[in-house]
Amino acid sequence: MPKAGPEAGVVETTVRELTFAEAVREALAEEMRRDPRVFVLGEDVAEAGTPFKVLSGLVEEFGTERVIDTPISEAGFTGLAVGAAMTGLRPVVDIMFGDFVTLTMDQMVNQAAKVHYMSGGKWKVPMVLRTTLGAGRRSAAQHSQSLHAWFSHIPGLKVVLPSTPYDAKGLLKTAIRDENPVVFFEDKMTYKSKGPVPSGEYTIPFGVADVKREGSDITLVATSSMVQVALGAAALLEEVGISAEVIDPRTTWPLDERTLVESAKKTSRVIVVDEGYGRYGVAAELASVIAEGAFYNLDAPVKRLGAMQVPIPFSPPLEDATVPTDRSVFDLARELCGRS
Amino acid sequence: MKTSEAPAESAVAVEQSIRMYRRMLTIRRFDEEVNELYTRALMPGLAHMYLGEEAVAVGICEALRPDDYITSTHRGHGHCLAKGARPDLMFAELLGKEVGYCRGKGGSMHIADPSTGNLGANAIVGGSAGIATGAAFSAKRLGTHQVSVCFFGEGALGQGLLYEEMNLAELWKLPVIYACENNLYNEYTHYSETTAGDILARPAAFGMHAESVDGQDVRAVHAAAKRLVDRAREGNDPAFLLCNTYRYRGHHVGDLNRDYRSRQEEQRWMTERDPIKTFADWLIEQGLADSARLKQIDSEVKSEIEAAVQFALAASFPSADQTKQDVYA
Repeated sequence: MPKAGPEAGVVETTVRELTFAEAVREALAEEMRRDPRVFVLGEDVAEAGTPFKVLSGLVEEFGTERVIDTPISEAGFTGLAVGAAMTGLRPVVDIMFGDFVTLTMDQMVNQAAKVHYMSGGKWKVPMVLRTTLGAGRRSAAQHSQSLHAWFSHIPGLKVVLPSTPYDAKGLLKTAIRDENPVVFFEDKMTYKSKGPVPSGEYTIPFGVADVKREGSDITLVATSSMVQVALGAAALLEEVGISAEVIDPRTTWPLDERTLVESAKKTSRVIVVDEGYGRYGVAAELASVIAEGAFYNLDAPVKRLGAMQVPIPFSPPLEDATVPTDRSVFDLARELCGRS
Repeated sequence: MKTSEAPAESAVAVEQSIRMYRRMLTIRRFDEEVNELYTRALMPGLAHMYLGEEAVAVGICEALRPDDYITSTHRGHGHCLAKGARPDLMFAELLGKEVGYCRGKGGSMHIADPSTGNLGANAIVGGSAGIATGAAFSAKRLGTHQVSVCFFGEGALGQGLLYEEMNLAELWKLPVIYACENNLYNEYTHYSETTAGDILARPAAFGMHAESVDGQDVRAVHAAAKRLVDRAREGNDPAFLLCNTYRYRGHHVGDLNRDYRSRQEEQRWMTERDPIKTFADWLIEQGLADSARLKQIDSEVKSEIEAAVQFALAASFPSADQTKQDVYA
């Protein structure tokens, strides 16, 4: 059940079990029904419904005028979306693999992120760029990266990392209604995982972390794909008598610094788990925020766990070694708590 | 003049000609003053002057409605003024003042103004092609019959984004004009060293209507632009307009030596093909204006520019607390 929180006020209707992909699709469909300015564009989004089938059925309801297949021109259709957003529409761009965002960087970083500020607040860019992150599909180094840190670095962008179907739906609706460019990362390994989603209307505000599990001995701050890993580690830790709290920031910007710091003060030990690279990454930034905010309450250095600093390899035993697992988080947590 | 239609039309034509003359002259005096401000160390940073290219911006923008869209470039003062920007607010922006078009946050290369359909000048070469094409997408989708003009220099022909956008525009039949200003130099390099094949063959490869025009002849530019803008507005047909022109000054105000080209070449363009002088001669020859009238305009423009500069110099800088404003809408 979704917990009460800032997103409460939810009209509690029936709660269904939806997959992550279904939750994303439902959010899009609801927003497209609500606002005729919203449209989707990207590679194979219409009849194909994307290779991950996330958008299956959308074109049947909204037609090819609003669910638009594009050429394989990531920079081109992202740039077009920036202009369309400035002039009265609300585009939702689909970038199939997160690795392909590299092709959109000028349009997102130099254009979308800057337009409002550079124009002295006169133009705005209400667009969403949806894309994926995460390794584990045996797709090698150009289809497996988690590049959310790149966007989190840039003032003018907002970055969203849902970890559950409930969060995905509520956060995507907020993203579409936001007046700014929002980059929305979906873990492609999570699309088929199920979770409770109420049928009634709800949105989740940005900048509000969610406590996915309460605990008292150590805080595991985890994002996106790593939330399930952290919860898995927390279950293992419980077996050895360590109570782990799991916090999901849900948005890297705006960032709910207070919830992270308060949890760190309470438990005095923190591991940040994020599937991007730890060096100069989201894990590094979150660790820094916590170290600054909770320094005098910490009993151990704040640790980072991210993807190994290598291009993601193809061969399964190699790829599996690059990503944090329940076990690696468990091992580090136990060590940090002095129980190894 | 009062009754028959033909003279009335010609009165409109005269008015239009005088307006184009005044606008070209405004751009000329504006950018001469920009150079002056730089030389006197009154302007922060650098600026890229449009001197010599005035007929392109004015000829094209004269064919546009006030609510039509443009995107501009790092060399954008001419486009912004031609689309209706006020010199005083432009200067204020160039000097980083609060009353400037972007409240001092954009400067010379980023003038943007929704009230004149200016989506913004852009300091990434070719970077605005997506924005211009997206504006055309909105116009078509929303049925507003607006047209979007993407100004770019021939240097942008080296950018892949431009071709992605042209492909989308032709594929989806969007009302956008790609206005290529070939001023011969990609910064400090002659375009022949950077540009393979025939420029017009590039839009042609997308099946896009393409024309070239003498960019020093404001009447020719306007006639071509009018034709292409009407096509775009009526039929959602995109087009490519190659305007052959010349940059009188260096790449920016500080590019003084210009070793990459000869002084003779510059002199030839300035004396034989100056767009303002040529147009003035034509106006007089056609009896549309006499030299006294043109002198009067010259003096009015001069006064307007002087007053605009004084306004900008006297204006206040933004307070430091504005640094953090407008990052997010």
